Amino acid sequence: MTFSNDARFDVTAGVLIKRLLACVDRQSLITSKESLRPYECDGLSVYRETPLAVAIPESEAQAQAVLRTCHELGVPVVPRGAGTGLSGGALPHSQGVVLSMAKMASILRIDKDAQIAVVQPGVRNLAISEAAEPHGLYYAPDPSSQIACTIGGNVAENSGGVHCLKYGLTVHNVLRARVLLMNGDCVEFGSEAPDSPGLDLLALFIGSEGLLGVVTEVSVKLIPRPECARLVMASFDNPNAAGNAVAAIISAGIIPAGLEMMDKAISEAVEPFVKAGYDLDAAAILLAESDGTPAEVEAEITRMETVLRDCGARSLKVSDSEQQRLLFWAGRKAAFPAIGRISPDYYCMDGTIPRKHLGAMLSAIGDMEKKYGLGCANVFHAGDGNLHPLIMFDANIPGDLVKAEQFGAEILELSVSFGGSITGEHGVGAEKINQMCIQYGPEELSRFHGIKHAFDPAGLLNPGKAIPTLHRCAEYGAMVVHGGQLPFPEIPRF
Amino acid sequence: MSSVTIPPVLAQWQERIADACSTGTAIQLRGGGSKAFYGQRPEGEVLDTRSYNGIVNYEPTELVVTVRAGTPLAELEATLAQQQQMLAFEPPHFGPATVGGCVAAGLSGPRRARAGSLRDFVLGAQLLDGNGKLLSFGGQVMKNVAGYDVSRLLAGSLGTLGIITEVSLKVLPVPQSEQTRVFSLQQEKVLEVMRQWAGKPLPISGTAWHDGRLHVRLSGAGSAVEAAAVKLGGESLSPETAQQYWQQLREQETAFFRAGSAPLWRVALPATAPPLALDTLLDDSNTLLEWNGTQRWLRGTLPGPRLRQLVSRLGGHATLFRSGDKEQGVFTPLADPMATLHTNLKKEFDPAGIFNPGRLYPSL
Repeated sequence: MTFSNDARFDVTAGVLIKRLLACVDRQSLITSKESLRPYECDGLSVYRETPLAVAIPESEAQAQAVLRTCHELGVPVVPRGAGTGLSGGALPHSQGVVLSMAKMASILRIDKDAQIAVVQPGVRNLAISEAAEPHGLYYAPDPSSQIACTIGGNVAENSGGVHCLKYGLTVHNVLRARVLLMNGDCVEFGSEAPDSPGLDLLALFIGSEGLLGVVTEVSVKLIPRPECARLVMASFDNPNAAGNAVAAIISAGIIPAGLEMMDKAISEAVEPFVKAGYDLDAAAILLAESDGTPAEVEAEITRMETVLRDCGARSLKVSDSEQQRLLFWAGRKAAFPAIGRISPDYYCMDGTIPRKHLGAMLSAIGDMEKKYGLGCANVFHAGDGNLHPLIMFDANIPGDLVKAEQFGAEILELSVSFGGSITGEHGVGAEKINQMCIQYGPEELSRFHGIKHAFDPAGLLNPGKAIPTLHRCAEYGAMVVHGGQLPFPEIPRF
Repeated sequence: MSSVTIPPVLAQWQERIADACSTGTAIQLRGGGSKAFYGQRPEGEVLDTRSYNGIVNYEPTELVVTVRAGTPLAELEATLAQQQQMLAFEPPHFGPATVGGCVAAGLSGPRRARAGSLRDFVLGAQLLDGNGKLLSFGGQVMKNVAGYDVSRLLAGSLGTLGIITEVSLKVLPVPQSEQTRVFSLQQEKVLEVMRQWAGKPLPISGTAWHDGRLHVRLSGAGSAVEAAAVKLGGESLSPETAQQYWQQLREQETAFFRAGSAPLWRVALPATAPPLALDTLLDDSNTLLEWNGTQRWLRGTLPGPRLRQLVSRLGGHATLFRSGDKEQGVFTPLADPMATLHTNLKKEFDPAGIFNPGRLYPSL
């Protein structure tokens, strides 16, 4: 795909590597072509770049030394967690160093009384919940990559998950972050108390995509594990009815623990190997989970069943065991790999829209499938309006990749015109840098650059990502207009 | 996106900003004036935000409301209540509060330990910055990770970064059922009890302890509230008395807050912090605990520096909330590099330093 980093630097590789050897052990500095290969990309593997070096510090002091050295030499640094990100946020800079936090992976403290876990950035998301399990506690945000993704990456991306309507995103569940700024200064945002003095820099920092600082330690909130959970699966003849059912559940005063939708293309792709008993004649399937005490869950499930039936559900199934609940979820969780089985490649989008536009969005996506000649299957975090269209293509067919990219861009631009966002949880990274020009005007972008400047005046930390330069936006605007495809002429461009 | 046409009120404010920048006069942002007591002393010529008001968009099924900053908080809450929804962070009004002032102050009420704080519910904000530019950050959707989260940064910024003109807030359904239980406990014991209960899957939506009495509010489905009440025991409170109790606590109208004119300190601490040992200056009668013991109110002329030293050793911070000598600093002072980051951010949003100078910290 087409991402070229427009941030350029003046770097002498030999000097850099010599200096970095004084910061970390020899085996923690990767410089050979073959060993650098695994670091060329993150979860969005269509973007690749080789860095000059990868440094893997084992302590905060080592990470600090790497940052100070790079700051002094004017070398860009790209922080990296597990590399599972889907927007190219950890894509290396060809003139820079990748700072991998993988070796800082200790759980420092599980405090059951304070209900807090203190962990290093390289700790995997799921490992926190596993460590808290003996105390009946867990860490709520559960991105689908939770077995692999790290808490440092979660903080950088403000990761969500299927339970975030009820339990919140990373920003709602992280209490404190210890952070190294680009110049090596160490600072703590937030605290283990309910708040901290001054401006809420923790909120500003979470989701800043590695542009403002590097996390070295995180305190997260642990919450009591609900006593039980059950799932209702409802199928509908058209997606609009399913969308209305989502609204009706919320109107009834219910905030389900999870509320997910899959379209027909997804259920057809997953059913053959998950065998969850999905209704394959249905246009949309809704999965609504209730958790809490047994009495609470019983009452909520009954209320949801009534609402779903009133909204015209063609069939309803309620999980009657933990095994069955997991089976109903299995298809939703296997959606991405299932599409990978039926299509050589797919491109996952991440737009968020007010839920009421769901029907219009799905029918627009249907039209785009015809326009671009590519199929698209849709999974949807219906409760919070976060849509994941999976555009299917074959990278070996010349032109398919470009079409998929244009298809995706059109979905994102439509999300913005519905009052939504180009990204709900995957981040802007390298991937959606051009669409940022549509979501925000030049003044907002300038203020974003100002914030970056306040934290990293030299502009060395993850440069060229997340916030486009005004120059890039001008070029992007020109490109789209020249292509004769300007999707929303009413939106001002610059 | 930046708005194409600027509403007349905002155009007037832009002129005020331009004048202030050219004459170097500070602007004191003011909604209903209900929190004028909070923070360092307000400076500058008052800009009253109440002329820019009204609910812009409210769709109960989207769980989002977009409101102009000058809208009375009471009006917003009444509108939500008609749809059985609420601001789950239960912001204190302290008088004729506006929504903008509420967000700028960033204060949350009794439900905070359960539901989250004000900033957790901010989804988007519109801002007139120090260059007079009307900026839009965040949006009206639950999940939005495009760009830095400036809207949440504005929560609790005390108007130091610009004029908040509009906010989008997440709203939640009013719980189906509530009950309050009362227990007799001493301070050493109550901290442990609150911590234990917080670690269990119980629907506790408020805790407050003062002078040997712990109030615990339960919220949720009727069956869950009933089951928890049986499990916890304690005396029950009539719904009317309970409603009044939590309302008065939220508005600081209980006897503890009303009696005398001694300074009121707000101490925020980790859940495991012990009772504060400050010689004989503190006893059960001048302490009120909330949020499972993580928010502690202290009444009295306490030695600020010593209190702050003690509290920061425990991982918390102390704010001189009401009355007292503001010379000692209302908020816990910041050290570098935090102080530098604050100064840098202030410069980016308000280069001429015209908005609420000194309200948060003398140098901002």
